[in-house]
Amino acid sequence: MTGPGGVVVVGAGECGTGAALALREEGYAEPVTLVGGEPGHPYERPPLSKAVLSGAAGLTPLCTPERLADAGVTHLAGVAATALDVRAHELTLADGRVLGYERLLLATGARARPLPGAHVLRSHADAVALRERLVPGTRVGIVGGGFIGLEVAATAAGLGCAVTVVEAAPRLMGRAVPERLAARAAARHTEAGVDVRCGTAVARLEPGRIVLGDGGAVEVDVVVAGIGSAPETALAEAAGIAVENGIVVDGSFATSAPDVFAAGDCCSFPHPLYDDLRLRLESWRAAQEQGAHAARALLGAAEPYAAVPWFWSDQYDLSLQVAGLPAVTTEEVVRVRPDGAELWFGLDAGRLVAVAGIGVGTAVAKDVRIGEMLIARRATPDPAALADPGVALKPLLRAPSARRVRSGAIA
Amino acid sequence: MTQWIAACETDDVDPEDVIPFEHAGNAYAVYRSPDDAFFATDGYCTHERELLCDGLVLGGTIECPKHNGRFDYTSGKALGAPVLVDVRTYATKVEDGTVYIEVP
Repeated sequence: MTGPGGVVVVGAGECGTGAALALREEGYAEPVTLVGGEPGHPYERPPLSKAVLSGAAGLTPLCTPERLADAGVTHLAGVAATALDVRAHELTLADGRVLGYERLLLATGARARPLPGAHVLRSHADAVALRERLVPGTRVGIVGGGFIGLEVAATAAGLGCAVTVVEAAPRLMGRAVPERLAARAAARHTEAGVDVRCGTAVARLEPGRIVLGDGGAVEVDVVVAGIGSAPETALAEAAGIAVENGIVVDGSFATSAPDVFAAGDCCSFPHPLYDDLRLRLESWRAAQEQGAHAARALLGAAEPYAAVPWFWSDQYDLSLQVAGLPAVTTEEVVRVRPDGAELWFGLDAGRLVAVAGIGVGTAVAKDVRIGEMLIARRATPDPAALADPGVALKPLLRAPSARRVRSGAIA
Repeated sequence: MTQWIAACETDDVDPEDVIPFEHAGNAYAVYRSPDDAFFATDGYCTHERELLCDGLVLGGTIECPKHNGRFDYTSGKALGAPVLVDVRTYATKVEDGTVYIEVP
């Protein structure tokens, strides 16, 4: 063994960096090494599609360089991990170094699904490359009406580009966002001059145009693909670790290999709030929470991860927030507030399982947060109260929690 | 030189809640704790420039509406990632049903 021992974290994004710092906060005193394939200091990804892409702001560091140094975290930047030997407890890096470890955390994230001829947006380098192309009057074609595509559309429209969004599904943002709220976002894009084409397949890209499935074409100067991401599992797979829609972990982020954990976008985990349904989340907050949770698990804590899935998307002046899983909803309730903000509640067998909201700025944040807490408590709120904008949501938190039964079970 | 500025009436803030207040171009957040004490902080989160008054007050904490960074609004202390920097607090007093905050 030639490396430092202790804990090695692979991936210096939100999850891995947070985990490295959390190890110290938990009192871990052995070496902590953070290995990241990207050059430079760890940074936040959410602004890449918004303020960084528009040029309004630079990178937001995840923490100060001093904080990493003060925590005694050794950050190896710009060097990829190339091989993992789980039996020998050794990680090989692209520069030939071999790091031994007691425990290893894979926080390798995800990568944007590529479309040859199109830009993608995942890293700072991606954002810089795309930003250079977004000058006023540029015709921008966006393949995929999901979060990344729509945030780029909003930013590009704001920069004076002529934007077309092509989405194969009948509506934007798929099953992650309730239809009503997706329609509100779509209307806002149209109002901003974006040509939103749902139910439109892409046949292929040709220089200067997107050829559509129906034989038509969109003339473009730049194409951006926002067609989802794939978990970064190559290192784990080659090491013989179980992978299925991400690195398979248990409720404490332990993989199938001894002393190897995985967290963040790269892993799929069972969620106790949803009958241990396996989820793989691609969200900033999940990455952050899972990194901190995995750090505690690495040190022996056994409590399973049960945080409610949550994400947000900013498009123009609108912010969308979603907590829970809209896809498992069987009953929907809508609340339209006097300020125009809309909330959507999803129930299953009377239990609140999802909440979403759309409004200007942070207008829906408080209500979505309360909804998230109700979901965590397995609350069974009165649908009429949820629908009535005159009924404050916060007092619902004081109602007795629902009995801890699984949906469908006899209470 | 500091000065006491009337920010609101006590009834303007529900218990365990927060309202915005602006003075001389600066944004503040005025809190009423569950036991009816009043506190004040800067209006913006120290992480990114988000207004704290749209966030959720739970007990003695305020949670940023955007990224869920939490502060102890009685002391200004940042309670963990993503917020790393404490939020500035201001003294308050209540006289005849009016909440005053002491600003520079």
